[in-house]
Amino acid sequence: MILSTRANFRLLRRRRIKDRIMTGVIMLLSLIAIIPLFMIFYHIVVNGISAINFDFFTQLPVPLGEIGGGMGNCILGSIILISIASLGAVPIGVFGGVYLSEYKHERTASLFRWVVDLMMSMPSIVIGLFVYTSIVVPSKSFSAVAGGIALGLLMLPIVAKTTEEVLKLTPLHVREAGLALGLSRWRVILFIVLRGRKSAVITGIVLALGRIAGETAPLLVTAFGNRNWPTSLMQPTPSLPVQIYNYAISPYENWHKQAWAGALTLVVLIFFINIFTRVVFTRNDLGRNTQ
Amino acid sequence: MSSQPILSFQKVHAYYGEKHTVKGVSFDVQANEVVAIIGPSGCGKSTLLRCANRLHEEDPTARVEGSILLNGVDIFQNHADPVVVRQKVGMVFQKPTAFSGLSIWENVVAGRLLKGEKKAGLKEKAEHALKQASLWEEVKDKLNAPGLSLSGGQQQRLCIARALAVNPTAILMDEPTSALDPISAARIEELISELQKIITIVIVTHNLQQAARISDKTAFMNFGELIEFNSTSKLFTNPESKLTESYITGHFG
Ligand SMILES: Nc1ncnc2c1ncn2[C@@H]1O[C@H](COP(=O)(O)OP(=O)(O)OP(=O)(O)O)[C@@H](O)[C@H]1O
Ligand SMILES: [Mg+2]
Repeated sequence: MILSTRANFRLLRRRRIKDRIMTGVIMLLSLIAIIPLFMIFYHIVVNGISAINFDFFTQLPVPLGEIGGGMGNCILGSIILISIASLGAVPIGVFGGVYLSEYKHERTASLFRWVVDLMMSMPSIVIGLFVYTSIVVPSKSFSAVAGGIALGLLMLPIVAKTTEEVLKLTPLHVREAGLALGLSRWRVILFIVLRGRKSAVITGIVLALGRIAGETAPLLVTAFGNRNWPTSLMQPTPSLPVQIYNYAISPYENWHKQAWAGALTLVVLIFFINIFTRVVFTRNDLGRNTQ
Repeated sequence: MSSQPILSFQKVHAYYGEKHTVKGVSFDVQANEVVAIIGPSGCGKSTLLRCANRLHEEDPTARVEGSILLNGVDIFQNHADPVVVRQKVGMVFQKPTAFSGLSIWENVVAGRLLKGEKKAGLKEKAEHALKQASLWEEVKDKLNAPGLSLSGGQQQRLCIARALAVNPTAILMDEPTSALDPISAARIEELISELQKIITIVIVTHNLQQAARISDKTAFMNFGELIEFNSTSKLFTNPESKLTESYITGHFG
């Protein structure tokens, strides 16, 4: 014992006070960080809830001056657009991420990484215009396909990047244990490494979905909008963000109310997509993810 | 020596880039023997071991020369597939590694399950391997629990069961007990002596008492070279090399 008991005790007390102060500061900062989130959510709920009723989810928008109507077509349209985007971006993004992390020494991988980084930093309207010139113009129509592809291009780099990061974090000995069983490299990557980190990859997908679900600008030039129900993937397609945008910038009180209700619906939709994705992908998953 | 060795190291050299880490090592491992490899840290024990299941070449800078015969056939010959070699020569590592996302029994038969074999026949295979690894009694009521829910010592026996379930000819073990508590380590030692009846084992260990307890023959390496290869009792009581003697008596360096 170098310190006397008394000095020891004082030191201990000082440490404990420091510890309390730091804990308090951290809690305060986290609180500040989430305050805006709750304020936004509160605002949306308070303003939106009054216009929400059964019709809102099932009816078409009504012409100006009439009372009632809803955004049923926009909700359906958004679901279609997000589905098209995920169908393309999830598999391509995940395999792209695998490629980036597993074949990192190859020259094509650095090219691919550069493209992904570039796409990630691209403003969404630029992606929208790219799809406009390469799909909308040649096909002579705004469409769900064009809108879905634009959203997919926004989603792709996020999924690829998170998958890459997640795979990079898997320790070497996990791969080696798989290889030592006489499993080929791609089986080890797919069935051991990727499966072992599944929930982290899914978090990346969910974040990407949240990001694209509210995108408005690229949809204005690709899916455009529609006052009717979507009947074909090659037609102009309505969506929640575009409808909210149109209603919010209008001068009519009734439309403002509808816009708030749309915003609330969008938030709830993202919430459900989040839950749905996790449930679908983690079914039968017995493992913890602590490799 | 009348019978053909299971594993025969013949003038094996291994490199990492320019670094020459194993320098012309030759020795034979007979069927159902336990051979221990000892030597100071960094002398190339792990590298040598990893040559024998061709895991060494996973490192992009790695290179091997010489040959390793498995039942008389060179594992490096032109058409030998590393994947097939690894099915015949299993490996257990220092760190117990249950695969996340797989249950206990799925972990045991991972080598078969993840290659696409039907689940139906594999439960029995898992039971058999778990019994061989003397883990069955502890896990038989929770086969569907995650593999990662087991303790470190249990996970290491799970890894041994997993290696056995592929029906290998030999198993390589790289310091399999050094991350475990003494009781778990003792259980693994017991298990190795039991498994010797059915399989050939090459084990790297830093624990000289362990090498003396469980192995039939011991290889002592230093700076990438094989200094002495002898029966364990001879090597530990009356070594031929002065270097070996100073190492086992702790007067090394
Ligand atoms: N991936 C690698 N790249 C470059 N050099 C390496 C690599 N792995 C090992 N080495 C070097 O090769 C030499 C032998 O390493 P090896 O791991 O075979 O030693 P070891 O005898 O198993 O040591 P320990 O008892 O500490 O596990 C060491 O000098 C080490 O620094
Ligand atoms: Mg080693």
